[in-house]
Amino acid sequence: MPDDLLRLSGLTKAYPGVVANDDVSFDIREGEIHALLGENGAGKSTLVKMIYGLVKPDKGSMTLRGAPYAPSEPSAARKSGVAMVFQHFSLFDALDVAENVALGMENPPPRRDLAKQIREVSETYGLPLDPSRTVGTLSAGERQRVEIIRCLLQDPKLLIMDEPTSVLTPQEVEILFQTLRKLKSEGTAILYISHKLEEIRALCDHATILRLGKKVATCTPSETTARAMAEMMIGSSFASPAAKHTTPGEVLLRVDNLTMPAPGAFGTPLRGISFELRAGEVLGFGGVAGNGQDELLLALSGERTTKRGTIWVKGADISRDGPIDRRAAGFLTAPEERLGHAAAPNMSLTENAVLTAGRRQHLVKKGFINWGRADRFAEDVIKRFDVRTPGTHVAARALSGGNLQKFVIGREVAQDPDILVVNQPTWGVDAAAAAAIRQALLDLASKGAAILVVSQDLDELLEISDRFGALNEGRLSALKPVVDLNMEEIGLMMGGAHDMEVAHVDA
Amino acid sequence: MIRLEKRPQPSKAWTVATPILAVILTMIFGGIMFGLIGTSPFEAIRTIFWDPLFHPQFANFSRPQLLVKAGPLILIAIGLSIGFRAGIWNIGAEGQYIMGAICGAGAGLALYPMDSVLILPLMIVAGALGGWAWAMIPALLKVKFGTNEILVSLMLVYVAENLLASVSSGILRNPEGMGFPGSRNLSQWSSSQNLELIPNTGMHLGVLTAFIAVILAYVLLTRHIQGFNIRLTGEAPRAAKFAGVSPARTILFCLGLAGALAGMAGLFEVTGPAGQVSIDFGSGYGFTAIIVAFLGRLHPVGILLAGLLMALTYIGGELAQLMLGVPGASIQLFQGMLLFFLLGVDVLTNYRVRIGKGEVST
Repeated sequence: MPDDLLRLSGLTKAYPGVVANDDVSFDIREGEIHALLGENGAGKSTLVKMIYGLVKPDKGSMTLRGAPYAPSEPSAARKSGVAMVFQHFSLFDALDVAENVALGMENPPPRRDLAKQIREVSETYGLPLDPSRTVGTLSAGERQRVEIIRCLLQDPKLLIMDEPTSVLTPQEVEILFQTLRKLKSEGTAILYISHKLEEIRALCDHATILRLGKKVATCTPSETTARAMAEMMIGSSFASPAAKHTTPGEVLLRVDNLTMPAPGAFGTPLRGISFELRAGEVLGFGGVAGNGQDELLLALSGERTTKRGTIWVKGADISRDGPIDRRAAGFLTAPEERLGHAAAPNMSLTENAVLTAGRRQHLVKKGFINWGRADRFAEDVIKRFDVRTPGTHVAARALSGGNLQKFVIGREVAQDPDILVVNQPTWGVDAAAAAAIRQALLDLASKGAAILVVSQDLDELLEISDRFGALNEGRLSALKPVVDLNMEEIGLMMGGAHDMEVAHVDA
Repeated sequence: MIRLEKRPQPSKAWTVATPILAVILTMIFGGIMFGLIGTSPFEAIRTIFWDPLFHPQFANFSRPQLLVKAGPLILIAIGLSIGFRAGIWNIGAEGQYIMGAICGAGAGLALYPMDSVLILPLMIVAGALGGWAWAMIPALLKVKFGTNEILVSLMLVYVAENLLASVSSGILRNPEGMGFPGSRNLSQWSSSQNLELIPNTGMHLGVLTAFIAVILAYVLLTRHIQGFNIRLTGEAPRAAKFAGVSPARTILFCLGLAGALAGMAGLFEVTGPAGQVSIDFGSGYGFTAIIVAFLGRLHPVGILLAGLLMALTYIGGELAQLMLGVPGASIQLFQGMLLFFLLGVDVLTNYRVRIGKGEVST
């Protein structure tokens, strides 16, 4: 039996008002892939931050290969052989791959040597990457490889990966798994954080399951069903959205050959997007992040107006209308980014209600805001969507991500739109809240609204959509009924492996 | 170790308390400074804050000065604060103030010596338009070409000052002034004079306008959708775009309003306390108003109080120079301290101070 590489005993960390980790103990063995499983808010992030030296535990201790291990900062963790690939990349768009890798190193070697090392590592582990490419031109999967290579150059004993597949296509996931298995075969242990159960079953040797900051179970994923792991993770059952039988009605939204240049140097242009959205229908757009989702949302919300004749609502051309006129026509949108885009962080929930509902809910009359009415509307959204907050006077930034998400989606749903477009409606939301949001969207559709859901969560799209399409480099694939789809087909719709070669291990 | 912890939302109590704390700190450290240059700190503080209002001998003169000085500061600061709320940094109110005075005075003098009650209202409108037009230059350049309004508006102050020098010895020069630069005295021409509304209070039309502006700005920012949109633009520009607020329209509105109010302030000054367009008409009100706007927390009522406080330190400062012989630079330092402490303690509104062990955290 292999020895323990990292042993955690009794790790506890409390923040004001919440215990993020409560007496968590488990071992990671040499050369294993160990899954850390849990819902959002279960304490996974805090735990790995402690291992990586970003957060100091209140209680408890760690040992690395038998020696006491208490990193005071990430560089100390890296020196001890612990490396981490974050969910959100910390790369500079304007610099090239080699420069980005050098920035993450304590003593970067001269550029020519570094480029050579990057090529070697990328060949060995099947992660093709050109050291001189500018990061801004890379896909999400390629950016992740930059982060992984940055870690591998330091020859880590333990590699922590925080939800690495959330930005990848199915094919890219397979390539990543091959890399991780190769690392494992060379003796590197991997701590793999995810809530995607099938992945963990396919990849991991052991799993530790966290719920509300406590370790609740351990299991061997290959011998445990996904259902059993989900139950351990959630602890209670939640309602999954009811199946529905839709008979699509008239066309409410028609997008006709929508083409638009990229908004900035690193944006994605939209290329000839056309689709029709009918009453009572839920249409799902998948795709890897950065393939035109945000740009499509800006064009649909009216923040960027488009060429005449490209966007039609109920037969009327609204391409040149701004957001206010589109809302008046019953066409509502909810962007992906909650703080700063969908909501103003420092303003109260009441004020944030006025932000999109002012005209439609008659909160503004002759230019004057009826604060009483606005407050009642915000109160209504909070009640209907179970937003946990002390009241409507609270600033948006004081809400947790999931609660704010419920509020910004609820704000649009509560306005009874004819057409609703949402981007990443359940991003970073726990399972129960995500189910509630999806149910709200389905209810709205059953009342005859047309819904477009843009998401990177394929399971979500397959669960609630009637038809599915994928965005790839600003183009929209053909739309297909969800019942006819399998994972392979979806992967191809999302742009194949995104111009990636399959890993040529040992090439 | 002392560490700052971000509050979930800004503290209401500290929003009110920080200006008071700043004034107290300024008094303490200002007092130490006066002590170091050999003046009694208590006497200096009393001369600056108390004597202008209550000194048996000087108060009769200095009390009306309080409103005379505070009026333009408040009027200009209200206009600036609305732009600042939206993140539009008009630093050129001084230029807009000068252009308002030139245009307003010019419109009046064109009709000299006609006698009509309509002349002063006409001059007010012309003054407001002059300031507005001057502010439209940075506004349009920003909307059309994305130029930086801070630089453009600031540079236009120096252009306005040169125009002022040019017209006061040129086109607006008093023909009966024996060649001296400077226009006719507008405060002595019955059609254009802006007199005290209540004798010996300093309360002239400009001060009244400033008070009305405070009320209207308050209503705009708290009740009206335009004010909401302005606040939204400043708080979260992308959320404002999502809400449907046009950035271009907000820029034009905010700069235009600030320019018009500054222009009116200039006109009231030139027809009242200053009396004439002259080379040294520009008195720095436009710059001091920036301080007043921030001192007042960009809130209309705060600006009203800050304008009065600022005017008090000006009058008190002059009095201290006169009576105690302290150098002018020490007064400027004192006023600088006030702004420094105000911005410094502002951190308490958004953060709370924790004493204890810190940690590295993201």
